Amino acid sequence: MLRFILVKIGLLIPTFIGVAIAAFGFVRLLPGDPVLLLAGEHGVSPARHAELMHQYGFDRPMWLQFLDFLWHVMQGDLGVSIATKRPVISEFMALFPATLELSICAIIFAVVLGIPAGILAATRRGSWADQTIMGTALVGYSMPIFWWGLLLIILFSGILHWTPVSGRISLMYFFPPVTGFMLIDSLLSGQKGAFESAVSHLILPTVVLGTIPLAVIARQTRSAMLEVLGEDYVRTARAKGLSPVRVVSVHALRNALIPVITTIGLQVGVLMAGAILTETIFSWPGVGKWMVDSIFRRDYPAVQGGLLLIAIIVMVVNLIVDLLYGLVNPRVRHGR
Amino acid sequence: MSATAEPVQTDTRRTGRLALAAEFWAYFSENRGAVIGLYFFIFICLVAIFAGFLAPHGPDDQFRDALLKPPVFQEGGEWRFLLGTDAVGRDVLSRIIFGSRYSLFVGCVVVSVALVVGILVGLVAGFVGGWVDTLVMRVMDIILAFPSLLLALALVAILGPSLTNAMIAIAIVQQPHYVRLTRAAVLGEKHRDYVTAAKVAGVRPLRLMFVTILPNCLAPLIVQAALSFSNAILDAAALGFLGMGAQPPTPEWGTMLAEAREFILRAWWVVTMPGVAILLTVLAINLMGDGLRDALDPKLKRS
Repeated sequence: MLRFILVKIGLLIPTFIGVAIAAFGFVRLLPGDPVLLLAGEHGVSPARHAELMHQYGFDRPMWLQFLDFLWHVMQGDLGVSIATKRPVISEFMALFPATLELSICAIIFAVVLGIPAGILAATRRGSWADQTIMGTALVGYSMPIFWWGLLLIILFSGILHWTPVSGRISLMYFFPPVTGFMLIDSLLSGQKGAFESAVSHLILPTVVLGTIPLAVIARQTRSAMLEVLGEDYVRTARAKGLSPVRVVSVHALRNALIPVITTIGLQVGVLMAGAILTETIFSWPGVGKWMVDSIFRRDYPAVQGGLLLIAIIVMVVNLIVDLLYGLVNPRVRHGR
Repeated sequence: MSATAEPVQTDTRRTGRLALAAEFWAYFSENRGAVIGLYFFIFICLVAIFAGFLAPHGPDDQFRDALLKPPVFQEGGEWRFLLGTDAVGRDVLSRIIFGSRYSLFVGCVVVSVALVVGILVGLVAGFVGGWVDTLVMRVMDIILAFPSLLLALALVAILGPSLTNAMIAIAIVQQPHYVRLTRAAVLGEKHRDYVTAAKVAGVRPLRLMFVTILPNCLAPLIVQAALSFSNAILDAAALGFLGMGAQPPTPEWGTMLAEAREFILRAWWVVTMPGVAILLTVLAINLMGDGLRDALDPKLKRS
């Protein structure tokens, strides 16, 4: 097992260096002079321009800038954001809990609805329930989520006035962030109504971000379940006279869940891409919106650091999924 | 063909391409959703082609006397503007009709580019092997490590926001899937007997790659093409929505949504209609894709 883990981690190192080169390269290729952008409308004198170029290290050879970048990355230093003058890493870390909270809620939403829906569809194959669930899943899978978000805002915020339009919590409440998770912080603050406010702000973004994972999980659960239900040991269990519920929930589900768990793990990339759109629509102060803003502001270090950190998160989660898969499925661990 | 008095034991199965097509259609048409998807897709294609005839107004014609008119079925609507008008008095229906051209164009270009380049790179990686293979696959891993939309967004930021650049970015982002599929298929086929036979017969490597092996790897690639056609439309619309795709006043559906955002609570139709167009188009293509998968690749069949 240890060997398996080490090999998997070893394979990540070249990808990590490649990702670092890519993140670094992107930003050097962005059009526009960062110093001029920094100076804004006032402009900057040539002498001051050169000084700033030197200060940020933009005047050194490309390869030296890259090695320097890599060296600092290893120490957890991703440079200073041009827009806010704060370290990129602390900017990212301050905003990441918002994205994480939203993503966790979205994936819970998707799993809690998707797995039972998939099981129901598989066990009642061909029925109207199956067709309805799979039809809905296909619609969800085809959904432009930025439009879906706007639609929900029109309905629930505009017409029904049930939920707020944007943000994480009502401006009435203010308390210092302890964990960065608004749901927990609002409870800790002890202020009346704060938790309810946080929940109501979270509902629509959760649904929007969770829609595509929900559809994917429902489809995957159904097909995995159908495959397993055709196996001999399920027939044996049925022949033994076990109740249908027990056959499905104990015998079939356990094995059917293995590919489903992999699918859930692979949704992390989908979630990060979805977070960009969801956070933009709902003005959710997370890393997705921050990345979009940074790209528009041409905030070189922020874009570079953000790209790198997000790619690392995706890689690490995929690694964990891989390892878990090896853990539950010995064939993968020892195979080849 | 002529009616015979007594049954003769002959193989009546047709052979050749026509028969293959007939067999494909038989499997494909079993899936009712897929057929509906196909018809709707053909409908959209016709709309795109004949947009100039079908649209009641030009996509950029502004009617200053009719700003934010609601659709005809709502109070205050006019028959002139079936789906209403936007904030500068342009007919929403006409813009959606012309917008279909952009979405289909994006899909076609992205899939063609990604497919051709992906097949070439994948064939080379699978066929040559060794360090070439390792290098190619590592590069693909790097592309896959970034969330696709974020990568596309960053690429468009470098290239400059426009529809063309959005297409290039999306094609690059979708590349790894084709490369991986082609490579896996090639590795699976490479050591089959028919390939060895061809090799022994003195077939040159290029011919071996494109004529002997490639046709046997096509099924999963066609299924992937359908899938990435719809993804390309979604991504292009998302980029347009973020202001990084087609630029206003282009009647691209995502761009239309971005322009409509500020009227979201005042004029629901300017927000709803372009989204419905995106959803239906993508849905039709995905339905078709499911049917293609069932018909072409029984192994992948979800039963």
